[in-house]
Amino acid sequence: MMRTTETIYKYLRPDKKFPHVWCSGCGIGIVMGALVRAIEKTELSKDEVVLVSGIGCSGRMSTYLDFNTLHTTHGRALTFATGIKLANPELTVITVMGDGDATAIGGNHLIHACRRNIDITSIIINNNIYGMTGGQYSPTTPMERKASTAQYGTIEKPFDICKLVEACGATFVARSTTFHAKMLDAMILRAINKKGFSVVEAMSQCPVQYGRRNKMGTPVDMMQWFKDNSVASPAFDQIPPDEIDEQFPVGVLVNREEKEYIDRYRDIVKKAGGEVP
Amino acid sequence: MNKQNEVLMQGNEACAMGALSAGMRFFAGYPITPSTEIAEFLSAELPKINGTFIQMEDEISSMGAIIGASLAGVKSMTATSGPGFSLMQENIGFASMAEVPCVVVNVMRGGPSTGMPTRPSQGDVMQSRWGTHGDHPIIVLCPKSVLECYTLTVRAFNLAEKYRTPVIVLIDGIIGHMWENIEIPSTLEVIDRPKPTVPPEWYHPYENLPGGDIMPLVPFGQGYRYHVTGMVHDMSGFPTLVHEEVEQCLKSITNKIKNNLHDIIEIEEYLLNDADICVVAYGSVARSAREAVNMAREEGIKAGMLRPITMWPFPRFHLEDIATRVRTFVVPEMNLGQVYGEVLKSCSQKALRVTRVDGELITPDQILSKIQEVSS
Repeated sequence: MMRTTETIYKYLRPDKKFPHVWCSGCGIGIVMGALVRAIEKTELSKDEVVLVSGIGCSGRMSTYLDFNTLHTTHGRALTFATGIKLANPELTVITVMGDGDATAIGGNHLIHACRRNIDITSIIINNNIYGMTGGQYSPTTPMERKASTAQYGTIEKPFDICKLVEACGATFVARSTTFHAKMLDAMILRAINKKGFSVVEAMSQCPVQYGRRNKMGTPVDMMQWFKDNSVASPAFDQIPPDEIDEQFPVGVLVNREEKEYIDRYRDIVKKAGGEVP
Repeated sequence: MNKQNEVLMQGNEACAMGALSAGMRFFAGYPITPSTEIAEFLSAELPKINGTFIQMEDEISSMGAIIGASLAGVKSMTATSGPGFSLMQENIGFASMAEVPCVVVNVMRGGPSTGMPTRPSQGDVMQSRWGTHGDHPIIVLCPKSVLECYTLTVRAFNLAEKYRTPVIVLIDGIIGHMWENIEIPSTLEVIDRPKPTVPPEWYHPYENLPGGDIMPLVPFGQGYRYHVTGMVHDMSGFPTLVHEEVEQCLKSITNKIKNNLHDIIEIEEYLLNDADICVVAYGSVARSAREAVNMAREEGIKAGMLRPITMWPFPRFHLEDIATRVRTFVVPEMNLGQVYGEVLKSCSQKALRVTRVDGELITPDQILSKIQEVSS
């Protein structure tokens, strides 16, 4: 316990950035803790890490952590991150986005970052709702759920973020939840260590804007729901499709080897007669 | 001019070459007529010098990528035209607010919307000033020739680095696509990003320094960990809603431009010493205007020309000074009067516009007949 606290303090900004903006019971702090614990294990110095966030509740994470931090425009975190990584490939670039941030307004950037397979780690915190603006439905809000802009229930099919990024070419895809915090640490660590575009979907609870509207109980109840419905990735594949209700797979879902974008760009530099550092 | 050193070059190519000579090593863009040659040229040239070229998924991401690259310490640029320029406005505002140097080239075409991709226009003068939301500073340079596409792009990088701000190079489609013989200047000043003079623990990226100096922007990864946001921020870069800090933030991004107009504003005056009539023209139209002034002089009409080379901040003080001497202003432009409005703001004289939005150039004759009209 003591060590965890020390780790967290090591990475929090030393000066007066609290209280944070997240509501009581929000899961984003758990994801932040997982990120910090994962980075601690990489032994990267704080100077080597760039944390890029978008807009929304998750976007504020960059304010609190003591890295090179960039709080970008809504949905655009990956575009800024792409520029940073290409301009200085020595940096470890991590983006944190929410579900609306990454898959609605930033959806185009997400699919193209996957396609390029650029060495960026992307953490997508999925709480199924736009929390900061007051609970509007997002591209991951399940069908028929209530939101402030879906008073009669949503009628849009939600994205499965992991399937989406897999189809678009991400070379490492994993999912965990705020209940499975230790697994989340491990998934983020593996994503950072993976050379290529990696995505970790961190399923998180928004008790205030999503849970309350949909009668999902307390934050603990929502995390319990994650526990009850998550199935380890290999076991999930054994479930007959007609028996799948709300269950979802967690763990490493995709891990494939493919040449990374900057390595391919270095080939271009060689072809053009330039000098690769 | 020594003809042996001359090269035949297109405006867009000159712009790209100017950027390279200014030290630009990162370009992100999206194809759009009539700017595409800039991207094509740089896609071939940047890898040769270990620079980075990337074609992004749209103009929003292109703008994001160049801001990211600039924060990592590399001089960065994108190039586009009207519709793409509209998409870039979101992150141009970010660069203004977060004070990240970068250069955006807008080779103008007819608008609004898809407009006329292959026809010239000067319809983006106001968009280049006020395209993004909120009060914000911007510097916009407006070349009239292939040579100036080169020299003003170099200057754009210098101003961007010096004032930590996005700079727009606003090129008429006709200038971007025009071919001219130019002699590439061998001795252009290049300003590189200054190094911080304080250790990391004393560094505040948005601190106002004594004497109006601007705090150097330290690239990410060099031990100066700090926060960058598009939100209103304090001098450390963290979001704030403290009244004094909010005002300080917004005023300081604007004042750094406002307090240095003498350095930023560049104009050309032509035969204005004894002029009764001042033609205010920029970009390709300034070439017709110069000819029209010559023709008017031959007829004994005392005409002259003011050409804003720096379009924004607008050379209002120069115009006010000229207004004490001349009787009338004539403002020809390939839009419905965007700079004309600025001229009206700066003078109490009569001002007349010559507009053209049919995708054709404004001819010297058109301007001359307006000069004749006001002189009679």
